Amino acid sequence: MFALARKLAAAGVVGLNQRNRDYIMARNPRHLYQRVDDKIATKKLALAAGIAVPELYGVVRNAHDARSFENLVEGRAGFVIKPAHGSGGKGILVITDRRRSRFIKADGALLTASDIEHHIHNVLGGIYSLGGHPDQAIIEYRVVFDTVFESVSYRGVPDIRVLVYRGVPAMAMLRLPTRASDGRANLHQGAVGAGIDLARGMTTLAVCRDHRISEHPDFGTPLTGLAIPGWDDLLILAAHCHALAPLGYLGVDIVLDAQLGPLILELNARPGLAIQIANGRGLQTILDAIDARGEPPPEPASRAALARAIFDATNAADGA
Amino acid sequence: MKRAHALLLAAVLIAGGGGLMFLKVSRLGLPLLPGQTAPVWTVEARIEFDGNSRAAIVVLDIPDAPGEFVTLDELFVARGYGLNVESAKSDRRAEWSIRRAHGKQRLYYRIELAPSDEARLTDRASHAPPAPAKPDYVEPLASAVKDTLSEVRANSANIFTFVSQLLVQLNTAAPDGNIRIIRNNLDTASEEWVGRLIHVLAGARISARLVRGLVLDDRTSEPQLLSWLEVHNGTQWEGFNPQTGQRGFPDGFLRWSVGSRALLEVSDGRNAEVRFSSSRYAQSLTRVARDRAEATHAWLNDLLLFQLPVSTQNVYRVLLMVPLGALIVALMRTVVGVPTLGTFMPILVAIAFRETQLAWGIALFVLITSVGLSLRFYLERLRLLLVPRLCAVLSLVVLLMLAISLLSVKLGFAQGFSIALFPIIILTMAIEHMSVIWEESGGGAALKEGIGSLFVATLGYLVMTEPHLNHLMFLFPEILLLLLAVFVLLGRYTGYRMTEVLRFRDIVAAEDDVRPRS
Repeated sequence: MFALARKLAAAGVVGLNQRNRDYIMARNPRHLYQRVDDKIATKKLALAAGIAVPELYGVVRNAHDARSFENLVEGRAGFVIKPAHGSGGKGILVITDRRRSRFIKADGALLTASDIEHHIHNVLGGIYSLGGHPDQAIIEYRVVFDTVFESVSYRGVPDIRVLVYRGVPAMAMLRLPTRASDGRANLHQGAVGAGIDLARGMTTLAVCRDHRISEHPDFGTPLTGLAIPGWDDLLILAAHCHALAPLGYLGVDIVLDAQLGPLILELNARPGLAIQIANGRGLQTILDAIDARGEPPPEPASRAALARAIFDATNAADGA
Repeated sequence: MKRAHALLLAAVLIAGGGGLMFLKVSRLGLPLLPGQTAPVWTVEARIEFDGNSRAAIVVLDIPDAPGEFVTLDELFVARGYGLNVESAKSDRRAEWSIRRAHGKQRLYYRIELAPSDEARLTDRASHAPPAPAKPDYVEPLASAVKDTLSEVRANSANIFTFVSQLLVQLNTAAPDGNIRIIRNNLDTASEEWVGRLIHVLAGARISARLVRGLVLDDRTSEPQLLSWLEVHNGTQWEGFNPQTGQRGFPDGFLRWSVGSRALLEVSDGRNAEVRFSSSRYAQSLTRVARDRAEATHAWLNDLLLFQLPVSTQNVYRVLLMVPLGALIVALMRTVVGVPTLGTFMPILVAIAFRETQLAWGIALFVLITSVGLSLRFYLERLRLLLVPRLCAVLSLVVLLMLAISLLSVKLGFAQGFSIALFPIIILTMAIEHMSVIWEESGGGAALKEGIGSLFVATLGYLVMTEPHLNHLMFLFPEILLLLLAVFVLLGRYTGYRMTEVLRFRDIVAAEDDVRPRS
């Protein structure tokens, strides 16, 4: 156990305690949390900054309005309902299509309007929200994801998590839904995480439930060597998100829409550490290297360039 | 900077808590382990006299500063007598009075004593009494005293060595003429002999007095009153064996009275006598220390929880253990990394286990959460709003507990009654929380958190009911300061959680084999 811990420390693997104290507490000022924890606020900030986000169809603020949610999605085939203050992907309902008066859920199940109303009530009651406080339900555009990942995702929407440290992308992973994760892209629910070579935009290796895998558990398709389209822009977009909420330790979730290109799904003030497993390396060396460069440059593009340089430099150092 | 600050804070807390604890152990003798005992002496003075069928007054000298003991308790037993206790400077007297004393009268005075090092140190020093006037001795005593005193004075350095020398001289086996005159055939163990010595010492203008006392030891249950000589050298009193001249008092000496006034005075009574008896028994060290603290009025006494009403004490017995439970939670979560339902839920369940006992507690917890969960899943289908649904689950939890209680009475178990403290609100929230995790992350994750909580609650229960820890926390609530220091230090822990080491092991495993590159 201790030998293993020493090895991990040598590999620069950051633990939860260290993340909480050295990065979240030290780098993320409390007053900025509101901007990322409230997805409505995030959306407004992103729009103001010219960053693309899924279109907001409407917000349900109280139980009375829940009944009229259908007015908000009038004429939309698919939509997503999520809690404004949700965490860890909880409480997200994805409707892909309609069939007469029924709604089709991402997993193919048919829901009635009252089923959806009930879900909205639960969201408003706060069972999915941070701290269990009463919440609001967001209804927004359902991302029609880029077909490049069709062969490696089960139903839901694959997304890309970029960990942005002081505005500089530090690590990234592609999160692919599986049957076990019920179409959701959350690793702790059983989704696949594939580490991304930050410099080249290619997946390097993949993990599922903290264990290394080489093929998708549902399709048997290879998970390494996948190229992410538009990686250069994506990296700059991730770096740009630091401007929305200048948190030193920020998680940026990006989806690739077939038509709209990369969209910011949400920001996260407490991004998890599974990204290290997906990349097969510790965060510490990269974060230290970013710190060593002093104050990062102001333009997102130069920060993205810096990220590529640091990724290669530290990768070489780690591999040596 | 922050690091130094936290370390300093922890050091101050540890020093404060540890120091207070040390003081309590060293000054009050509070035991670090439960169940330790200390000897306690019960000494009884029994007064007997024959009444003259008239009013009688009985005056007994009673201990005031009993030497190397502290008084824990006193008891006066005399049927039909009025009692009055007078305290003078170094003198306490009990005065019993009765209108009409018929026949044999018996009165008892009983005192409970505990050995104390502190008392031995403090009561000796006192202001110098005025030097006695030189008595007018009559011949042949006058010249015998004069010769002896000048002879002893020639080979002594100070008052104490002078007294020692004199006593050795006067008690010599081969007395010369002068000494024989001074001795006057007195029994050297008697009070009269000590009186004679005081008289002789007055010739050298040395203050001396009679001390009566009992030697308490295991060999006899009827100790005899000893007469001892006490001499003042200008700064403090010192005892001397009137038969050998040896300085100090015998071990286990209980100072009963000081001064040559009669020990017992009975007006209008015949054949008055006082008899002593003693016995030793083992008393809980905690009680002895507590009584001793009360008797000596130490300021530390104010910090003992024994001052509180018993019902409040009992509350604190439980309350003081809660931070220890919290320590377990903190360790389990930040160092081991066990997932739990809510931060303090395991502690509350552990407190509930105190009432139900462990096995029953776990059975109840599992039963209530599993039945509650199934009900919760059923209610989910009814599409109820969150708060009413929570209230419904709460009511069902209470109903379930009621059913268990009734059933257990029917089956003859008593435990059913004591589940009252089971934290129903917390259980309800736990059921709700588990059901959400169940839906979101699957039954495995929900069970993991449930089992994690139960595990931490069990550990917490074992720690919180540990008798040694209970004893320590109650006697030394300042341990909370030590715990605070631990929490400050734990709050600065940035190492891995044990479960994390396992979770991340694939990262280093890969570094050992092939390093995959794209």
